[in-house]
Amino acid sequence: MKRINRNHKIRNFHQAKWDEPIIFELSNKGERGILVPNSEEEIVEAVGDGVSKIPESMKRKSLPNLPEINQKRVLMHYLRLSQETLGADLNIEIGQGTCTMKYNPKINEYIACLPEMTELHPLQDESTVQGILEIMYKTDLCMREISGMDQFTFQPGGGSHAIFTMASIVRKYHRENGEEEQRDEIITTVYSHPSDAAAPATKGYKVITIMPDEDGYPDYEAFKNAVSERTAAFFVANPEDTGVFNPRIKEFTDLVRKAGGLNCYDQANANGLLGITRAKEAGFDMCFFNLHKIFSTPHGCGGPAGGALGVVEKLIDYLPKPIVGFKDGKYFLDYNLEKSIGKVRLFNGVPQTVLKAYAWIMSLGAEGLYEAAKVAVLNNNYLFKKLLEHKGVDAPYIKGKQRVEQVRYTLEKLTEDTGITTSDISRRVMDFGMHYWTSHHPYYVPEPITLEPTETPSKEDLDEYIRTLHHIFDEAYENPGIIKNAPHRSTIHQVDESSFDDPEKWAPTWRVYLKKTKED
Amino acid sequence: MKKVGLIVNPIAGMGGKVGLKGTDGIYILDKAMRMGAAPEAPAKALKALEKLLPVKDRLLIVTCSGNMGQIQAENLGFRTNIVYWSKGPSTNSDDTKLGAKGIMEKGVDLLLFVGGDGTARDVYESVGNKQLALGIPAGVKIYSPVYANTPEKAGELALLYLTGKNITVKEEEVVDIDEEAFRNDMVRTQLYGYLKVPVDKKFMQNEKAPTPLSEEATQMAIALDIIDHMEKDLCYIIGPGTTTRAIMQALNLPYTLLGVDVVMNREIIKKDASERDLLYYASLYPSKLILTPTGGQGYLLGRGNQQISSEVVKKIRKENIIIVSTNNKIIELRGKPLLVYTGDKKTDEMLKGYYRVKTGYEMEMMYRVGIG
Amino acid sequence: MTIGGYKNHPYIPNSAEEVQEEMLKELGLESLEDLHEGIPEELKLKSKMNLPEPYKSEYELRRAMEKTLKKNKTCKDYINFLGAGCWQHYVPAICDEINSRSEFLTAYAGEPYNDHGRFQTLFEYESLVAELVDMDVVNVPTFDWPQAAATSIRMAARITDRKEALVVGTIDRQKLLIIKNYCDPAVEIKPINYNKDTGRMDLEDLKDKISDNTAAVYFENPSFLGFIEEQGQTISDIAHNAGAISIVGVDPSSLGVLKPPSHYGADIICGDLQPLGIHMNYGGGQSGFISTRDEEKFVMEFPSRLFGVAPTIVEGEYGFGDIAYERTSFGNLREKGKEFVGTQTALWGITAGVYLSLMGPKGMYELGQNIMQKSQYAIKELNKIKGVKGSKFNSTNFKEFVVDFNDTGKTVEGINKELLKKGIFGGKDLSKDFPELGQCGLYCVTEIHLKEDIDMLVDSIKEIIEG
Repeated sequence: MKRINRNHKIRNFHQAKWDEPIIFELSNKGERGILVPNSEEEIVEAVGDGVSKIPESMKRKSLPNLPEINQKRVLMHYLRLSQETLGADLNIEIGQGTCTMKYNPKINEYIACLPEMTELHPLQDESTVQGILEIMYKTDLCMREISGMDQFTFQPGGGSHAIFTMASIVRKYHRENGEEEQRDEIITTVYSHPSDAAAPATKGYKVITIMPDEDGYPDYEAFKNAVSERTAAFFVANPEDTGVFNPRIKEFTDLVRKAGGLNCYDQANANGLLGITRAKEAGFDMCFFNLHKIFSTPHGCGGPAGGALGVVEKLIDYLPKPIVGFKDGKYFLDYNLEKSIGKVRLFNGVPQTVLKAYAWIMSLGAEGLYEAAKVAVLNNNYLFKKLLEHKGVDAPYIKGKQRVEQVRYTLEKLTEDTGITTSDISRRVMDFGMHYWTSHHPYYVPEPITLEPTETPSKEDLDEYIRTLHHIFDEAYENPGIIKNAPHRSTIHQVDESSFDDPEKWAPTWRVYLKKTKED
Repeated sequence: MKKVGLIVNPIAGMGGKVGLKGTDGIYILDKAMRMGAAPEAPAKALKALEKLLPVKDRLLIVTCSGNMGQIQAENLGFRTNIVYWSKGPSTNSDDTKLGAKGIMEKGVDLLLFVGGDGTARDVYESVGNKQLALGIPAGVKIYSPVYANTPEKAGELALLYLTGKNITVKEEEVVDIDEEAFRNDMVRTQLYGYLKVPVDKKFMQNEKAPTPLSEEATQMAIALDIIDHMEKDLCYIIGPGTTTRAIMQALNLPYTLLGVDVVMNREIIKKDASERDLLYYASLYPSKLILTPTGGQGYLLGRGNQQISSEVVKKIRKENIIIVSTNNKIIELRGKPLLVYTGDKKTDEMLKGYYRVKTGYEMEMMYRVGIG
Repeated sequence: MTIGGYKNHPYIPNSAEEVQEEMLKELGLESLEDLHEGIPEELKLKSKMNLPEPYKSEYELRRAMEKTLKKNKTCKDYINFLGAGCWQHYVPAICDEINSRSEFLTAYAGEPYNDHGRFQTLFEYESLVAELVDMDVVNVPTFDWPQAAATSIRMAARITDRKEALVVGTIDRQKLLIIKNYCDPAVEIKPINYNKDTGRMDLEDLKDKISDNTAAVYFENPSFLGFIEEQGQTISDIAHNAGAISIVGVDPSSLGVLKPPSHYGADIICGDLQPLGIHMNYGGGQSGFISTRDEEKFVMEFPSRLFGVAPTIVEGEYGFGDIAYERTSFGNLREKGKEFVGTQTALWGITAGVYLSLMGPKGMYELGQNIMQKSQYAIKELNKIKGVKGSKFNSTNFKEFVVDFNDTGKTVEGINKELLKKGIFGGKDLSKDFPELGQCGLYCVTEIHLKEDIDMLVDSIKEIIEG
């Protein structure tokens, strides 16, 4: 037998293509996917059919138009669709920068799927939920140590929700101090997450944005001009999405504190900071961590997730109710928060996410968290150096210096040279089984890519990702057509997007699609 | 059947190859030809038109005679309809204007014009902002964002538009520079108007961020912010630009796009005001001046709004200047400051510093203003 | 000074010192300590964080976590009658099979090309819920029902340019806190009185309170207290006559048998997906949805993503993408864009889609019927206990009902303590949130309850009360 040549440097990938119909098209009259438990005869004898008690005006006149499909076919349908989805477990997940797509340990999933987690009702007597309360309490203690804050809540359902909760606390705090009317502005920076502006705006704040200076640091002079007696709070990420850490952050927070405002830290980009530096020392009054980023819980196609929000002593009273307390050997839900903003999510947030985060912390400890941060930064700077070796690739700001855990690159030169844009490339990267994310809109960095390797990939993985991007950049110069028409090896080809913005044509559901495409 | 207008300014770009900057004016053209310049524009028109070949059978090119479009279109086998005949082989600004007018009157889906800033000005003069148009770059000086980056790009964009792909329409500035100054290596742009151009609306995936507003909606949001905060018996001097125009539209007042209008208590008190008018109102009432960057390069003052002189600014005072701009305009500056150039050094010096630029409803950006 | 790291950790491939050296060399650095040059020394931690020692192996972690979790008593160990926003329903095995697939579990925000499956499943979930509520547009899910309700109210405020919303008086107090916080300071929330006998909305109070400043009237079916609000059409009419929007919160598990709110005037429907194949997870299974008609003025006000279907350049392929990505509203620009989106609960949306595909029209009907039979049986049996009223309100209930213990001389708290000893989680004590009801408990019965479970409850309460 001849030896099989495995010398190719680029992965010969093809995404699954099942050509699966829309679920409604699988319907066959009379098929059932699952049977519902019956009422016992005695019950039927006692109360009859149950539904004739429904007032006539409230009876559903015809059954909902759901499909009728046998169980195996439903399973097959969704398994096939799952195969057409590129989960983080399957690819070298570097290309969704800012999302901190690290490995989600399977053991944590196993634990979180035990009935002692899944089969708990949130209103059960506290004596019957001591296990989960203990875990929430201990996670709180860990978070306090990691951030320097004095108390955490796990109610927010994600990062943006945590920002919103911080903004709610800011409003309540100034209300209690009689300064709600006067303090109507919050300050943020361009390279903080857009939600750092949008969530406070939802709480009625006017937003002032600070542009970067030449090095990419938030412009301190501009900041000084923005801070005033109207400042309610400063919302900022550090490092920002550029991977640039603002070394003068303490001066920024001092300025805000002196002006009477609060400092709120968006720690979505903190994966490179664990055990290195903390919110407290940088002068923040509040901070949050995305449990689904830094603390390894899975992203689930976009949640359920978790935003762990920590505050300093003076703000504990403002937290949403309840928090988890511990007294006389018992864990309990503490509703005794006098100035509480109320609530931001039903019950106690997403406890299974807290459980997974706790399991991750307990798999690593202080030394493991520190190592994760160091390696995340090592991986990022390695990737950074290698990518910049290709012509047409650059990254604005602090030339020649290290970045923290991610970098926002620019392909402006490559686009100028070849006409290939970053969004063209994002489609081509899929042909190699990888992700590639440009940036939030609008693009402040022209033709951007945002990459964040985290501590998860090995050097071999990093090298494969680099080789693949270099290969595509070469294509841009040598064979741009292949990029323009990408993807070629995905489940589908380029989508005709022309209907998405046209109310006459868009089809947000199957029924609308059928209506709008009806042939006479 | 789609109709595409085509107008080529055959002499555009001729100066460039021989080191002259632009071909406005008979004298320069003559000089260029004597120096051996050959027409560039027709070749560039071809490059763009080639991109339309896939839909050739479904297109009618409405154009002008000879090298103003007919030759290029017919060379590639397009069907043509000639609506304007130029008087001779060498064309001028009037040919462009008359040709553009004739094409628009025929009713085309998109008007392609080949040239530079001067050509864009001529087209604008004829069609205003009534006709969707797109520039194929061939001129030496191209500061107007009504042009695509390359002739090929222009062709691709036109194809996308004509095949019903995801395109949005945007008003872009027609600017031109003072050619005399330009030949002396000074760039002074002047705003002449706005053309409606198609813009490629790339699919934007962005699951985690707030839903953005369109450019038009952003301008309206800024306008509403201004209007909601308008004070009684205060005189508002509103400079030129599409962002400031939205204020007049939101107030339902008549306005001049390129001029300066004066508003008080939500009524217009002077349309298209002169410097003298502005001085008069500013000395009579407490006033606020609303500016937006126009004419490219981030100029707040000194490009197309000379009415707002240093005297006027001094009278109104720095703290009464309100700057408005969409985020996109700011991004285009690439970190460079907004600029003022009133011609008076002391005034410019006084004006520089950090301003809160309004970028949306209750949204501001702290931004630097420098001297142009 | 160096803080030691954890070398050769299975989750950190490059924590092996050999590879670290190689990579550091590539960067021209000597040690890991040379990284983080951008962070000023005075901000750096000088010693190791004080965290508990980690478990040294996966096995030890699992043993320890299992031990801690064993301190919980589950709704499998006990018979559970708690509802109040989180309900114990049967979760078909296929729901767990699908939502624990690595591909879905660990995907996030890819493009319509590499994540075609994610887009299609979420589009299908939207489409399936749309059939259930008989409306055209459904969003990618938000955090929970209260969030969905709060967003619906703010959408209504933008559409109408008004600043006040009236909400049903029997609303869950926790939900009200969330709505109030989310709407503060943009929209003022005012409760409407309810009828003490039927629980239904006091229409006179509604008419008194509604004005040309009312953006929306929000009510629920079934109500938080379990009964069916029969006046849906009248309430919607009153809202519409005042130029307000009618928003109805709904428990989707009822929609096999109950009329969808779109049939009695609802303009916006919201609710929780948790009953549709999602485990309770101590409250972590909540997931909110919002539905409207396919009208531009509604669609443009969604802060959420909406996935739509479209052709691709190849005939026969379904493609997907975001509908109205730029929300250029003709509505109130002063409020526009002033809501945020972020990571919410997409995996529960996918799960709800799987559930509805399995259940089909008959399954949803039988579910509703079964629940109603069992809850009616429970009420009937509870009525037999001296001093106990199985249902405080004389309206028809769906799966929850208010059990009135006022004439027993006992507190709900006391009764629940006794029930706990018997292995039963009694209904939610309403005495704090609804003091006007006195000693009442909100009980929930679903298809998971067998007759013997209900009988056990009734016998136990009887024993507690009658001794």
